[in-house]
Amino acid sequence: MTLETVLLVAAALVSVGLYGALSQQVVVMVMMGLELMIAGVLLALGGFWWFLSPDPSGQVLLLVVLAAMTVEMATGFAIATLLHRRAGSDMTDMAAELHE
Amino acid sequence: MVETSGVLVDVAFWVCAAVAVGFGVLVFVVDSMARATYALALSFVATGGALLLMQQSYLGVIVVLMMVMEMAVMAVYMVMFMGMNPALMPMSMVHSHRWAIGAAATTFLLLGSGAVLVPWPVRRGAPAPDVTDALGRAIMESHMLVMMIVGPVMVATIVVGVVLSSARTRYDRLGDDLDQPAADPPQEVR
Amino acid sequence: MTELLQGVLVAAGIAAAVLALAWASSAALAVGAGRPAATALGDPLLEVCRLLRQRRRTTVSADVALWRLGGWGLLPVALLLGALVPWGEESLVPTSLGVVWANTLDVLVWALVWLLGWGANSVAGLVGGYRFLALALAYELPLMFALVAPAMAASSLDLAVIAGSQEGLWYAVWMPAAFVAYLLGVLGFAVRGPLSAPAGQETSGGVLAELSGPDLLVVRLGRHALLGAGAAVAVPLFLGGGSGPWLPDPMWVVVKALVLTASLAYLAGRLPVLRVPRLLEIGWVVVLPLVVLQDLVVAVVVVT
Repeated sequence: MTLETVLLVAAALVSVGLYGALSQQVVVMVMMGLELMIAGVLLALGGFWWFLSPDPSGQVLLLVVLAAMTVEMATGFAIATLLHRRAGSDMTDMAAELHE
Repeated sequence: MVETSGVLVDVAFWVCAAVAVGFGVLVFVVDSMARATYALALSFVATGGALLLMQQSYLGVIVVLMMVMEMAVMAVYMVMFMGMNPALMPMSMVHSHRWAIGAAATTFLLLGSGAVLVPWPVRRGAPAPDVTDALGRAIMESHMLVMMIVGPVMVATIVVGVVLSSARTRYDRLGDDLDQPAADPPQEVR
Repeated sequence: MTELLQGVLVAAGIAAAVLALAWASSAALAVGAGRPAATALGDPLLEVCRLLRQRRRTTVSADVALWRLGGWGLLPVALLLGALVPWGEESLVPTSLGVVWANTLDVLVWALVWLLGWGANSVAGLVGGYRFLALALAYELPLMFALVAPAMAASSLDLAVIAGSQEGLWYAVWMPAAFVAYLLGVLGFAVRGPLSAPAGQETSGGVLAELSGPDLLVVRLGRHALLGAGAAVAVPLFLGGGSGPWLPDPMWVVVKALVLTASLAYLAGRLPVLRVPRLLEIGWVVVLPLVVLQDLVVAVVVVT
């Protein structure tokens, strides 16, 4: 387990998440792709913390990323609910127009 | 607790890595929404495990806790939006599939080559004997600003979530002048 | 090699303790529901024999992998909770974050019970699973805030340290709101008593509706074991760990856990099942503010 291997795994997670975020039609699946990307970022941050500079400020940054992920998920699901209620669908294509 | 050298740690790390990436791919491949959600949950648990192996005990366990709870609730949303039943049926709802795979592969090549080719500096300093204690003190003393901002942001998120998604307001529940007795049970629309 | 053997023996002992607590929970629940004590004690053995021989039932298009995962995962979670408890000086898995790990394990139950209801592809199961998630939202936050109180008072997240810092006065005595919220959480993740709507008669058994044979046995055993393990975790958190006059520490932990399990299960047998919407309101509007106030009181006491 070295910094390079940890970063490779994190890069793989980000790539898989990017595939999901770009290709999925359903809003919730897009968000799952985003979650995978943030998981990759978290892993990379953890690797940098441990292998390069293990002082507490790095962990605080990890906490901030975790909080940001939570906020993004909560708001995303609220918007998806609203979209579903208004437009009766959960596809990203139909969310492109704000008016009816 | 655990050192970061040694065969056991390496094996554990590669298991976590395989689970994280493998189940991450499975999220977009499986035949049912519940399976997709829990594949993502397992992927996150593996990421938390990898963080644990890097001596970030508190953050690792918090990632596991938060993600399992989030996936349990997310499964409900998945089923609510997509209306699928527990039976397994092949589903593939993608657009621009090849472009997305191309973008993903390019990203992996870019980031991976960066990870391997960049000359990373030598480690500076050593971790505190009690990492959790050091984190707590940092967030309460030198990085108190972070704590002060994250708290209200969380409250704002709760408010935003409820306001955006709530179908009824207190006027539905308590009448136009907020003077009617509350509907019983409270979730019933008047 | 001897360390490994010792570890295996301790693990076996913990498994036996959790199973004994499950037995006590089952017997006390039956007594609370009105059965005579002799049948209540013997029933678990008879049920084990009966269910092991019963034929397994499957449903149409069930998601078997998720269904079995949900059902068979409950008992391992209870055993892991038992492994966190410091039965003697320290627990089987000594960790400085015992409180957070206990919390994580009981959040795993969220996933497991929902999967149990979802996997069967039947209406009763789906309704039960969804009700469980709503119920969990009601009891989980008071439970999390209740776990903060003993950690604050002992300035540590380590269960062994919290157990050792209750010299003189148990935390259950001067943190009653936290103790009650914690016990409510235990009833919640064991799906018992007033919080047993997801598995209750109103939905023809809810998440238990389509189970039979070994699967049903493992789920029923898992629910009782979760109640017992939750009570066992309450011993270092609120009841002073192994402290006591004559017996050695491990015996005291077992005795306290047994008494708490039996009383909790007895109460669960006596109290009526609460409806989930009402529980949501009570949990968020009454119990959560009380527990947060309790945390404030504890913080003030600790600082002064």
